[in-house]
Amino acid sequence: MPAETTAPMETPGRGTSASALRAREVLADVAHEPGAKKPDPIVVADHITRSFGGLTAVDVEHVEVQRGVITALIGPNGAGKTTFFNLLTGFDRPDSGDWSFNGTSLNKVPAYKVARMGMVRTFQLTKVLSKLTVIENMRVGATGQKGETLLGAMFKPMWHRQETDNTKRADSLLERFLLIKKREDFAGELSGGQRKLLEMARALMADPELVMLDEPMAGVNPALKQSLLGHVKSLRDDGRTVLFVEHDMDMVRDISDWVIVMAQGKIIAEGPPESVMGDQRVIDAYLGAHHDEALTFEAEEKIHAEASSEFQGGRAVSAAPRASTGTTERTGSTATTSEHAAASEPASTRTDDHEDGPR
Amino acid sequence: MDWQNIFSLALQQGLGPSAVVYCLAAIGLNVHFGYTGLLNFGQAGFMAIGGYAMAAVVSTWGLPFWLGIVVGLLLAVVLALLLGVPTLRLRADYLAIVTIAAAEIIRQTVGSVSLLEYFGGQDGLTGFSDSFRSLNPFSGSIGIPGVVSWRANDAWVMLVGWILVVICCLIVWLLMRSPWGRVLKSIREDEDAVRSLGKNVYSYKMQSLIIGGIFGALAGFITALKSAAINPSFFATDITFFAYTVLLVGGAARVLGPVAGAIIFWFLLSFLDLFFTQAAATGLIPESIMTSNQASLMRFIFMGLALMLLMIFRPQGIFGDRKELALDAR
Repeated sequence: MPAETTAPMETPGRGTSASALRAREVLADVAHEPGAKKPDPIVVADHITRSFGGLTAVDVEHVEVQRGVITALIGPNGAGKTTFFNLLTGFDRPDSGDWSFNGTSLNKVPAYKVARMGMVRTFQLTKVLSKLTVIENMRVGATGQKGETLLGAMFKPMWHRQETDNTKRADSLLERFLLIKKREDFAGELSGGQRKLLEMARALMADPELVMLDEPMAGVNPALKQSLLGHVKSLRDDGRTVLFVEHDMDMVRDISDWVIVMAQGKIIAEGPPESVMGDQRVIDAYLGAHHDEALTFEAEEKIHAEASSEFQGGRAVSAAPRASTGTTERTGSTATTSEHAAASEPASTRTDDHEDGPR
Repeated sequence: MDWQNIFSLALQQGLGPSAVVYCLAAIGLNVHFGYTGLLNFGQAGFMAIGGYAMAAVVSTWGLPFWLGIVVGLLLAVVLALLLGVPTLRLRADYLAIVTIAAAEIIRQTVGSVSLLEYFGGQDGLTGFSDSFRSLNPFSGSIGIPGVVSWRANDAWVMLVGWILVVICCLIVWLLMRSPWGRVLKSIREDEDAVRSLGKNVYSYKMQSLIIGGIFGALAGFITALKSAAINPSFFATDITFFAYTVLLVGGAARVLGPVAGAIIFWFLLSFLDLFFTQAAATGLIPESIMTSNQASLMRFIFMGLALMLLMIFRPQGIFGDRKELALDAR
């Protein structure tokens, strides 16, 4: 186990490890379009919608997640990524839709049963159990514990052996995630990055087939980021599937085998990172088209004309500004359509940095 | 000023039947609040259910005493289910509101005129403790001569009560060192995290509510037995808050916290009462400042002050770990 820790970290880029090559090979024939069919999907979702009042947060027609690869779910702020995550893992109920894990429908299955099936998630705002020690945090993660039933709990001989085994496994995971020195510390004393590591390690205690990471890099310092990247890649080497939400484009480019892009609740593009990054729809939705081009006099005139015509039209037309190149961002802000302002936010803008945030 | 008398009587209260009642109630709250983070403000309700079930089974329906105990425990479980089913899926504050209301509903119901023939209205019930007292091995006065003594009936209630306390503490200790207890503590920290690890949070919270409720019912039995009578005023809302005080003094989420808390709470409360009453009577505090009637109420003022100082200088209670508490501030 510890040997795996360093191996993926040494290889630059998406890596040339056996699992990375295999992942690329498997995905070679998959079409680069939203809702593409995968050869061996672990999660399949159909017609998932979820709205909060008038706002449709998620409206996913069809999506599949390939087994054994690292899939990234990206998109601008407010695209519905975390909501979609919550829906898949049973932490929220969709208004309609059907989704399955390993062929078993997850409709109306409570979150804890989803986790037991082998689909374990982490949270955007890390949820460590502050007043428990690191090792106790890890032990909670183990599934099928005999000592967790009321009657079994009273008699130590019933669960003592299992507890020892779990502790051994926890220790080796802590070693792999470089937390072994913190073993007896309260989880509440860890730094933001260490909490992310602990959460990931704890998720592995359940031995999940699919690990779902919600913004694993949020609020993590650059040095620790590299080691986290290595850890995520090592999950694939273990034969696990990884689905993660991320804002950090470098990380997405670095480790993902496949990228799904969401914007305004819909899936707008899919493909390997290189092809997705070059996709015009993604650039328009995520980065804002040509956002660093110099503003010429003619272009500025055009923006003003468009903006005033929008105002005179009574209400903003949502599709128009995005189609016109070079104007998205500025039209967005001048025409005060907040929707566009959000969509065109540059990738570098980090909304949340919870190094020392609320637990 | 008779210091020896004051200490002797305060010690009598500190170890007496009242301390047992609050100790058992606080052990229940410790499971709810200390370990699981459930805000149960209706422990008096569980006590009333237990006490009244036992009393009514024996004196109203004339059935055996042990059956009264069984019915009392069963009804406590039923009450926990009734309170838990609608509220445990919701946010923590809902349970607090529902439990405080439920405790008051129970008290008003057993004291109501329309149920007078079953529960005796505001006068309550008596004459149910004969079979309990007939088992009393003590006679005369029991205690250490010259230091402290109890009447035989009190001594018998105390013996049974403290044995119950030991058993309850043992159960809590066994449960809380196990993986089951670890899940409860995890739920207190973060429900969603526990859910994401495949634990049925709702079921664990329900189990915790039931176990704590049963300890509450035991406190109710002792309440009824210690005075051989029961009436609605024994289960007023302030009982719950005194039990919380006991828990906080001793230290929440510690097995022996409620025990130490109950003894200290009752010792101090009666010590202050006796001190001020005697001080006023002997003229140590002049009549112009306070009368002896007013003096006996000073104990609550000082108890409140002590609680405030405790929260400021030792918020973790006597057995608590300050470091653990400081984690919340981060």
